[in-house]
Amino acid sequence: MGIKIDVDKCIGCSLCVKACPFPGAVEVVDKKARFTDKCTVCGACIEACPVKVLSREGVEQATAVDVTQYKGVWVFGETHEGKLANVAMELISEGRKLADQLGEELCAVLIGKNVEGLAKDCYAYGADKVYLIEGDVFEKYQTETFTKAYTNLINEYKPSICIFGASTQGRDLAPRIAVRVGTGLTADCTGLAIDPETKLLMQTRPAFGGNIMATILCPNHRPQMATVRPKVMKKAEPDYNRQGELIRFDAGVTEADLAVNIKEVVKQVLKTVNLEEADIIVSGGRGLGKPEGFKLIEEFAQLLGGAVGASRATVDAGWIPQYHQVGQTGKTVAPKLYIACGISGAIQHLAGMQTSDMIIAINKDPDAPIFEVATYGIVGDLYEVIPALMKEIKKIQES
Amino acid sequence: MDIIVCVKQVPDTTEVKIDPKTNTLMREGVPSIVNPFDANAVELALQLRERYGGKVTVISMGPPQAMEALRECIAMGCDEAVLLSDRAFGGADTWATSYTLATAIAKIGKYDMILCGKQAIDGDTAQVGPGVAEHLGLPQVTYIRSAELQGDKAVVERVVDDGHEVIEVSLPFVATVTKDVSLEPRLPSMKGTMKAYKANIPVWGAADIDADPKRIGLNGSATQVRRVFSPQRKGKGEILKGDIEEIAKTVAAKLREATLI
Repeated sequence: MGIKIDVDKCIGCSLCVKACPFPGAVEVVDKKARFTDKCTVCGACIEACPVKVLSREGVEQATAVDVTQYKGVWVFGETHEGKLANVAMELISEGRKLADQLGEELCAVLIGKNVEGLAKDCYAYGADKVYLIEGDVFEKYQTETFTKAYTNLINEYKPSICIFGASTQGRDLAPRIAVRVGTGLTADCTGLAIDPETKLLMQTRPAFGGNIMATILCPNHRPQMATVRPKVMKKAEPDYNRQGELIRFDAGVTEADLAVNIKEVVKQVLKTVNLEEADIIVSGGRGLGKPEGFKLIEEFAQLLGGAVGASRATVDAGWIPQYHQVGQTGKTVAPKLYIACGISGAIQHLAGMQTSDMIIAINKDPDAPIFEVATYGIVGDLYEVIPALMKEIKKIQES
Repeated sequence: MDIIVCVKQVPDTTEVKIDPKTNTLMREGVPSIVNPFDANAVELALQLRERYGGKVTVISMGPPQAMEALRECIAMGCDEAVLLSDRAFGGADTWATSYTLATAIAKIGKYDMILCGKQAIDGDTAQVGPGVAEHLGLPQVTYIRSAELQGDKAVVERVVDDGHEVIEVSLPFVATVTKDVSLEPRLPSMKGTMKAYKANIPVWGAADIDADPKRIGLNGSATQVRRVFSPQRKGKGEILKGDIEEIAKTVAAKLREATLI
């Protein structure tokens, strides 16, 4: 099993080598491409070949389905403390576009206790239908009850696309559903589009710590599932005059399905806003010089009504709890404004914040990599720059 | 208690550099490491073994060179290791990968807990842990940073957006492990390194674990890569010039313009 090549037609152009994410997996020898045992059969070369001599060998798919039987774009209506999550509103808005391109219905799926009142929010953001699965057993989210409910709904109504926020809850739930249903799931997408020819969902996402982008397809299985990064898709202007159809569904989930017991929920007392929901984040890095430097970062964040972020170096040094870490092994954020103070901009940090709308960087070192992605760069001592910024911002806020 | 830890050998994506001329990833010469979150999982397993006794087995699906990653885990203190390696496993997406691991774990048979790292730093999907749990029909708890035994149950702390949950779950179960100060992976000991060097680590192929050929590798993968490309690097912005007060006024004005303040 591997990549098949029609060697006679190969022109030795090496575009496959350039497209390949795995060094040494394919090489051009004597003007012909040749695959080595480093090849993982990811298929990135197949599209890249200009003379179309590459294909996947011997793929006999287990659970391929008749895709024409599946219609409808579904969005998981994640809820928190009685409200529809922001990411759900973003995805209903984005789902509307996908549904329109496909000429199919957009449906939101609400699972919980006393969540019927949120249906109107789903319609307002663009849903045609809401599937409602209610019960005491759904009062608190847990994997098995929600997986069983959603899977039974899928088997009953056969959607072609199911999207979820790539939140803590979404990334716990979606993979479980995907394996149970026997379909493909793409994680943490930053782009969704419908291929005009094949009508397939093209799911684009970062990999390798954000260093490459991959577009993924799920051609032979349904539903096509994806989790989508929060704060990337835009929320539509809600129209509360919109109406839709409510469909109640008995998913057959009972207390016997509760697989874990949530004994306690401990909220961290935060002086500033939740990092992943924040529109503005002020982050501190090793350039602060000492843990006390975070006091200034906190003040700045509070002035702007934002959250406090941190680089991995400061977390590893114990200057601030891991909760605040932004970066590949911390949190990925995409706020409207990200201010990086004393952060050099190592690749794993950039992976966590480089899609922010506006980035301001403050660093003493003019060659710091953070300046490569900053909208506005300030070369200077943050202990001088930040107070000056705060002074000018206060002036505007008070005027 | 017997614990199985799933680990993956990954390129150290924190060490990759971007070629400034072509703006693409320079992947040659990037060192291979044990996926950092998997190292946290190994550390948790070893701490639990210290408290409760038992055995820690590490398992990995990968090419032959992944053997190195397993030896590193033995050097840290794991008791046994198994490498799942077969051309037929190649091209697997997370569904097929979790199926393969689950099938091998079922063959090992005896376990109280299965630990995985939260996500691999190359694939970044965080899907294999829950996939293994589903294939084995076991409860899952994601993003845990600690675990305690209480009879035939475990009590774990699960890290969520604004704090944590304390969750009680019956054995056996699958958990994915997140980074935490208490889970800094220990350095290999001299004794561990000698043991790792001499360890006889079995390699299992598809036939050894009785895997359904339609559910492994490419055959078992519902998702396919259509295209791989370099991300648009955010256009370099401007370095603001002038004295600090002027710069501060400029920035404040820009923020006002963008209705951020």
